[in-house]
Amino acid sequence: MTGSADEDRADALFHALADRTRRDIVRRVLAGEHSVSALAHKYDMSFAAVQKHVAVLERAGLLSKRRVGREALATGDIDAVRSVGSMLSEIEQIWRGRISRMDELLATDHRTGTTPDLSADPTKEH
Amino acid sequence: MPVTDVQKDMDSRTITITADFAAPPEQVWGIYADPRKLEQVWGPPTHPATFVDHSLTPGARVTYYMTGPDGEKFGGWWEIDEVDEPHSFTFRDGFADADLNPVDTAPVSENVYRFAATDGGTRAVYTSTYASAEALQQVLDMGVEEGATLAINQIDAYLAAA
Repeated sequence: MTGSADEDRADALFHALADRTRRDIVRRVLAGEHSVSALAHKYDMSFAAVQKHVAVLERAGLLSKRRVGREALATGDIDAVRSVGSMLSEIEQIWRGRISRMDELLATDHRTGTTPDLSADPTKEH
Repeated sequence: MPVTDVQKDMDSRTITITADFAAPPEQVWGIYADPRKLEQVWGPPTHPATFVDHSLTPGARVTYYMTGPDGEKFGGWWEIDEVDEPHSFTFRDGFADADLNPVDTAPVSENVYRFAATDGGTRAVYTSTYASAEALQQVLDMGVEEGATLAINQIDAYLAAA
């Protein structure tokens, strides 16, 4: 089962966005590429603290970093968030819903003793 | 739980769901063959499905729409390819406009549904292959998400509102 990996990912996303500074960083880097040092100037905290926030966002897949010379440039990566994996997980939820409804419908058919072809309108039975 | 296995192949964008039902294949097939039954299982309670044209025969075109909480309609079509009652059927699944005309520019998924008799009932294996990541997103955008949507959408909405 892949469920726990998806849960881990959701945990990382929620954790990443549970912090006001990190939400602000995400807004900025989704609007365009920012160097980590430029980001650090925006906040009343140490460069190391901002770096740490950027690292949390990077692990959650909300931004990606590239190096240019001595600078680390961060870009928002919402496409990574909507990866194929997460979309397939949502499809899985759709299927789980359908299958549980099928299960209920089959159980109802069984209890009322109808055959598959005769119960188009259950209110007309008997 | 009736769902016994879920396989996701990221590269081919294929999801395979295996489920065990406590009813014979004929009865499981009966749900797909009867549009009034299919409506009860296809759309989630928030987006009930209505099948308009329906026939499980090769070459047949099935049309349906789902109705969202605000009355918005999401159309879809199936084109049935192979039918081996009550063991399997294959079909292509695409999008339709509000008048149930196929949207040619929209992606199409390939689907294989198999039903095998087991001691206790039926093992169903559902395989859906989506042409692209965009196709997947459209399926989700159609409003078919269950109550337990992932964090992704909430974050998306949050960022959009920010």
